Amino acid sequence: MTRLINPRLALPVLSLVVLIVAVFWLQPRAMSYVGINLLFNLAVPIALATIAQMIIIMVNDIDLSMGAFVSLAACITAAILPVNPALGVLLLAGCVLAYAALGALIEIRQLPAIVVTLGMSFVWGGAAVLILPSPGGTAPGWLVWLMKSKPPLFPMAIVASVLIATVAHLLIMRSSFGVRLRALGGNARAVSRSGRSTVALRASAYGLAGIFAVLSGMALVGLTTSGDANIALRYTLLSIAGVILGGGEFTGGRISPVGAVIGALTLTLAGSFLSFLRLSPDWQIGAQGAILILVLAARLLVRQAEKRA
Amino acid sequence: MTRKGLLVTAAMVLAMGGGALADTSGKRIALSNNYAGNSWRQAMLESWKRVTDKAVADGVVGGADAFTTAENQATEQAAQIQNMILQGYDAIVINSASPTALNGAIKEACDAGITVVSFDGVVTEPCAWRVAVDFKKMGANEIAYLEKRLPEGGNLLEIRGLAGVSVDDQIHAGIEEAVKANPKFKIVGSVNGDWAQDVAQKAVAGILPSLPEIAAVVTQGGDGYGAAQAFAAAGRPTPIIIMGNRQDELKWWGEQRAKNGYETVSTSIAPGVSTLAFWVAQQILDGKDVPKDLTVPFLSVTPDTLDQALKDTPEGGVTNVDYTLEDAQKVIAGTK
Repeated sequence: MTRLINPRLALPVLSLVVLIVAVFWLQPRAMSYVGINLLFNLAVPIALATIAQMIIIMVNDIDLSMGAFVSLAACITAAILPVNPALGVLLLAGCVLAYAALGALIEIRQLPAIVVTLGMSFVWGGAAVLILPSPGGTAPGWLVWLMKSKPPLFPMAIVASVLIATVAHLLIMRSSFGVRLRALGGNARAVSRSGRSTVALRASAYGLAGIFAVLSGMALVGLTTSGDANIALRYTLLSIAGVILGGGEFTGGRISPVGAVIGALTLTLAGSFLSFLRLSPDWQIGAQGAILILVLAARLLVRQAEKRA
Repeated sequence: MTRKGLLVTAAMVLAMGGGALADTSGKRIALSNNYAGNSWRQAMLESWKRVTDKAVADGVVGGADAFTTAENQATEQAAQIQNMILQGYDAIVINSASPTALNGAIKEACDAGITVVSFDGVVTEPCAWRVAVDFKKMGANEIAYLEKRLPEGGNLLEIRGLAGVSVDDQIHAGIEEAVKANPKFKIVGSVNGDWAQDVAQKAVAGILPSLPEIAAVVTQGGDGYGAAQAFAAAGRPTPIIIMGNRQDELKWWGEQRAKNGYETVSTSIAPGVSTLAFWVAQQILDGKDVPKDLTVPFLSVTPDTLDQALKDTPEGGVTNVDYTLEDAQKVIAGTK
């Protein structure tokens, strides 16, 4: 049976639409070009980090160093890239290679990714403090121009989100490279029996995640205009939540890039929604958790209904 | 124009020049706070509520809502500030998670015509006002006090705050500079106490066995009691420990004074600085000419004021003072 919309996507889209309607109802001022951009521009780096996390989850791993790594990329972008572009690019490329090497290490030694990435999070965090001991630095001019640009018709945040979703979708869902990566998460043994090197595949998955994470750090600096070694620590949990909200699963290589971007947008919007409700801060963490549980519970119901059908 | 008309005109001009330039009774001010998880921040929020509730009731401003981010993260606070822009506040008062990471969001607010005043955790974005603490001077003052108490000098143990936070760097820089100018003092050990008694106690207990005799401990506040506990547990003589106005620190000091005449000094910033920032924002909305950089006065507890401070400071709290409009005007006038 062919359907127009992937059922895996229906729920994330629905949650996002419900939240958008609620936010517009609470705060009609948000219903404008500038308003929508203000609501969503900080979701762009989160969406990129979520795609990076999704690629790791796709190969049955989980990355607990995402926040620290994005912070490091942000520090390099703010402290080194404007002063010495060549060195900055070199360092960022080095970060991506380090990520690929981690993937290879995890596959060769059969290490649990959760332990390796947790350990690496302290390495990334330390490196970020070394590069930027106290908050500061300036974003490269072109990056600020890009992130603050005002394209016609649709705000930058929307254009960027659509672009990220499209690129990730084509790369992961449509290319043969993406199919192999997903197969590694689905059935690693079958992949190795078919003659593919699982080491190379896992390394390239981590490298690809590293590229998206570096882009996330750069986008974040473009928005904040300067860096801080602790800037993105929250991204670790946000990115995992985004993947799951967007219909991804922890095992089996079942993920959805479009859903992940929508998940990131939903998480960002949930924060604004609670803030517009004037909910006491003591309740906000709980309320954010409640929204997450609500969406996940709805997903469980949908899946059960699917099974019965 | 008739003579009477002239007089009336003159009176009107006088009235306009002398009184409030603009009415702020319809203006709404928001507090964007990044963290509420310690006694200092709790007292800060209580001060804000006390002073702004009265200001709203008196019709000075139309509203003054406080928002705290769920987690102490710059990205979350940036989103919070962008939400405040959408909510149409006239001014935003910020205690920032990062001096730089909010600059983008703050620029958006300024571009939307919103007055932004940062305090305590100030921001570097040029369009915002800063009600800053001279943390460097706070560090230097500690050494200046010790110079008076210990003319011979001696070994110092430094307890630092949270690594990578600018306040820690600044207090440390002040201490380091003052020690360089006073070679009779020597910093023989340095630990991170994270401004928390339990962390400080663990860190000091860990480094103490490797240290020679310590004449004094320079601190950043919130860590003095923990340091004292660590010294007592190790059975070492209690050095002069600079305190940071926390109730447990003052209480310990009071007990020691009753026992053996222990003397030290306690300095910190009153959490009520949030109310100073509130009045500064109100003055800017009022159309007053306010310099972009203002400095907060320190609040020190000396042996003479210890009893009063102990009485006024709630259990588990920190010594506090609520600022008034007059205080804010004095600070503004003092900076010009």
